[in-house]
Amino acid sequence: MNTINLGMAVVLAVLYSVGFYLLLQRSLMRILIGIVVLGHGANLMLQLAGGPPARAPILGTAPPELFADPLPQALALTAIVITFAMTTYLLALGYRSWVLVGHDEVQDDVEDRRIAERERPEGSMADDTAATGTDDEEDPGSAAASAEPAGTGVAQ
Amino acid sequence: MLALVLAHLVLAAALPLVARRSTRAAFGVAAVLPAVTLVWGLVNLPAVLGGGLSETVAWAPSLHLELAFRLDALGLVMIVLVGGLGALILAYSAWYFGRDSRDAPRSAALLLAFAGAMLGLVLADDLLTLYVFWELTSIASFLLVGQGGLHRANRRAAVQALLVTVFGGLSMLLGLVFLGESAGTYRISEIVADPPSGGVVTAALILILLGALTKSAQFPFHPWLPAAMAAPTPVSAYLHAASMVKAGIVLVARLSPGFADRAGWWIPIVVLGLVTMLIGGWRAQQETDLKRLLAFGTVSQLGFLMVLFGAGGRIGEIAALTMLLAHGLFKAPLFMVVGIVDKITGTRDVTKLSGLGRAQPALVVVSVLAAASMAGVPLLLGFLGKEAAFEAFLHTGGVRGWLVGLGLLVGSVLTVGYSVRFLWGAFATKPGARPVDAQRPAAGLTIPTWIAAVAGLALGTVPPAADALAQRYAAAYPATDPVESGYHLAIWHGLSLPLAFSAIALAGGFLLHAQRERVQAVHAALHSPLSAQRGYEKVVAGLERLAVLVTGRVQAGSLPVYLVVLLLTVLAVPGTALLVGGQWPAGQALIGSPMQIPLAVVVVVAALALLRAHRRFTAVLLVGAVGYAIGGLFVVDGAPDLALAQFLVETLSLVAFVFVLRRLPAHFDNPDAPRPRRSVQVRKGIVAVAAGVFVAVAAVVLSGARQEPPSVSRDLVALAPETGADNVIAAILVDFRALDTVGEITVLLIAATGTASLALATRFDRKQPEGKRSGSGTPDHEEEVRG
Repeated sequence: MNTINLGMAVVLAVLYSVGFYLLLQRSLMRILIGIVVLGHGANLMLQLAGGPPARAPILGTAPPELFADPLPQALALTAIVITFAMTTYLLALGYRSWVLVGHDEVQDDVEDRRIAERERPEGSMADDTAATGTDDEEDPGSAAASAEPAGTGVAQ
Repeated sequence: MLALVLAHLVLAAALPLVARRSTRAAFGVAAVLPAVTLVWGLVNLPAVLGGGLSETVAWAPSLHLELAFRLDALGLVMIVLVGGLGALILAYSAWYFGRDSRDAPRSAALLLAFAGAMLGLVLADDLLTLYVFWELTSIASFLLVGQGGLHRANRRAAVQALLVTVFGGLSMLLGLVFLGESAGTYRISEIVADPPSGGVVTAALILILLGALTKSAQFPFHPWLPAAMAAPTPVSAYLHAASMVKAGIVLVARLSPGFADRAGWWIPIVVLGLVTMLIGGWRAQQETDLKRLLAFGTVSQLGFLMVLFGAGGRIGEIAALTMLLAHGLFKAPLFMVVGIVDKITGTRDVTKLSGLGRAQPALVVVSVLAAASMAGVPLLLGFLGKEAAFEAFLHTGGVRGWLVGLGLLVGSVLTVGYSVRFLWGAFATKPGARPVDAQRPAAGLTIPTWIAAVAGLALGTVPPAADALAQRYAAAYPATDPVESGYHLAIWHGLSLPLAFSAIALAGGFLLHAQRERVQAVHAALHSPLSAQRGYEKVVAGLERLAVLVTGRVQAGSLPVYLVVLLLTVLAVPGTALLVGGQWPAGQALIGSPMQIPLAVVVVVAALALLRAHRRFTAVLLVGAVGYAIGGLFVVDGAPDLALAQFLVETLSLVAFVFVLRRLPAHFDNPDAPRPRRSVQVRKGIVAVAAGVFVAVAAVVLSGARQEPPSVSRDLVALAPETGADNVIAAILVDFRALDTVGEITVLLIAATGTASLALATRFDRKQPEGKRSGSGTPDHEEEVRG
């Protein structure tokens, strides 16, 4: 019965595409704007899900049969406010990052990069596993190792 | 029995306090409890011979979890090893470890804790109880082999022992659960009395076997045991000769009475056991380190025990229990002898030791006692066991009996060979080698060794003692003929085939030793690149490479990559569902109201312009335009409250943006930074557009699925007058769904707190001299991270 019309579907598609695209960028400010745009799209979709344009749901102004669905509106209203809260918080976060780091670029995780590039990490278990290499240190299973603290010498 | 186990663990926890005063006293105190355990076990001997003692403690009754213990013949034999040899080895340790040894205090506590866990394992009559103690012993072994972790050899051996045994342990847990569930009980004695069958049970048995084979160092998992010789010698003597490595044997011994007739049970045990016996015995022929020689000997003997316990049959089980006891009583003193030799000469190397026998005749006598039992010389316990083992397989005969019997004969020849090699290596005067200087060993070292070795002699000369226990254990197997029912351990069975086998083994072993040069040559010729140790290393290295590969691929460290993966997943999974199951609604309106057209155009144009914006301020203004236009759309849609909120929020957001933008650079992109590649941006664009279109299509299809306006909305409108509000939205927000609104206010408060603290932190920083900054994301730190 009440579907989202084609025109509005195009608006939604544009808002979401732009939002996703900005979200994929490296500048923190662009990402933030992407989130705001996505928020706009989401709020609009919530409202549109209620049905085609109708009369405002205010008692006494129109018969209730002509009212727009009030439930999605109430939900969308909550969503708008929460989007705003998130926007300001992210804005403060981005600003803080800029103050501390000197730029607002989202960097790649250096440690993850290392793992991706390296064949295997340093101090790997395989180093300790392979019986290669000569242990010129004293035999830890010997009586000498048990008799005195390591490094001080031989059996009494 | 639980009390006894717990006493071990509690005393072990308190032991470091004693060790702080004197490590020797700590070992002395630790030795008391295992000795008490032995006495307790021997006091209960009549009860054991009468059928056994049981104890059950409900642990979590609602989950049917209980700690069940049972003392039977097998348990008592293991108590002699765990308690009796434990006490001797702990007493020996008091003199073995130096007063200043850093490893001694923790070794004392860990050895005692291990003794407790091992006691729980051998007494457990519940599969899960057994598993808990099983893993506890693995952990104790890891810590004892690893020592302080200062030496690479220790770390390597400890990790190998842990990986191999825990791998087996985990598969075993799965098998235990399968077995317990298909039997309907986890009580071992009940399962064995009425063994379940079926495909699941076969799988369970094989999984359980994995646990037993790894724990008892069976081929191809055996290399961890020789590697574990990096531990101090008393630890090797206790864990890796006398007790822990028998855990797998005990498990097989516990379950065999129920499953020995299943091919899926006895074939792998007997085959792998024989292979292990031969490989271990063969490798022992060429070891020059006395301790590793004994370790391969242990591997070989464990294989022997596996064969005996897994094969079933009355005489076979009599032999098995006797050999189990005998092995502990000869292998522990042999290890203690190695410790003494190492202690008084400073070496364990066969090629360096010479002339020690002449200097230390007493040590030779005790070694000969133990080694002779290992070789199966009459009058010693090892002889009784081996004789019974030959009898078991030759008596049943058939292809299986003869094959296994001959296999055991070859294994025994090798056993005699390395027994002689051990004595020769430790004590003989070798031509060309300088006699070693040796001090007198402390009495604290020799007395425990003598006690253990003499026990083997005493039990060997008085066969009825061991026979009583062995008969009791073998009673689980019905005798099939009079020979089986009448079999008893004895020094003299008359001239028989087993006696001939024993003689051949002894003669062959001496011959093997006499021809040792040729044996070495054969060994060198047979050297193959395929070794179990190499296999283990390959597996571990391969696992690690796989982990790095997966981590490197999955965890790229780049947020855009993660997002793309998320979006593609959305497209792939719900997108496919939409394509397959979605239905495009009929009678689709082009536009809801003419007023929507100009507003929609503003939204689309402003949004698209956002993509081209390079100045931050332009972008913020454009996003504001989008917001206001959407507010307009809300008005058209009949949602004045939404529009009001939207205008208000948009204005506030603009103000907030402007506050921040005054401090940020005008452009998004740092002019010095390299520009992102065009192809990358195009790909990002394609993903973004696909995801955006998916959302729009989903919105149309899903909203088209609705048949009628929701009844709840009608109710809300109908009930609104009762709240006293004209505006239905207001009624919903502050009355019908007031709790949601409280939640919303909470979110606002949290966000405001966060925003304020971030802003205040920046102000605080600015007041600090020399630009000192709080937080760990400073440029200095960043540089440090990047290396």
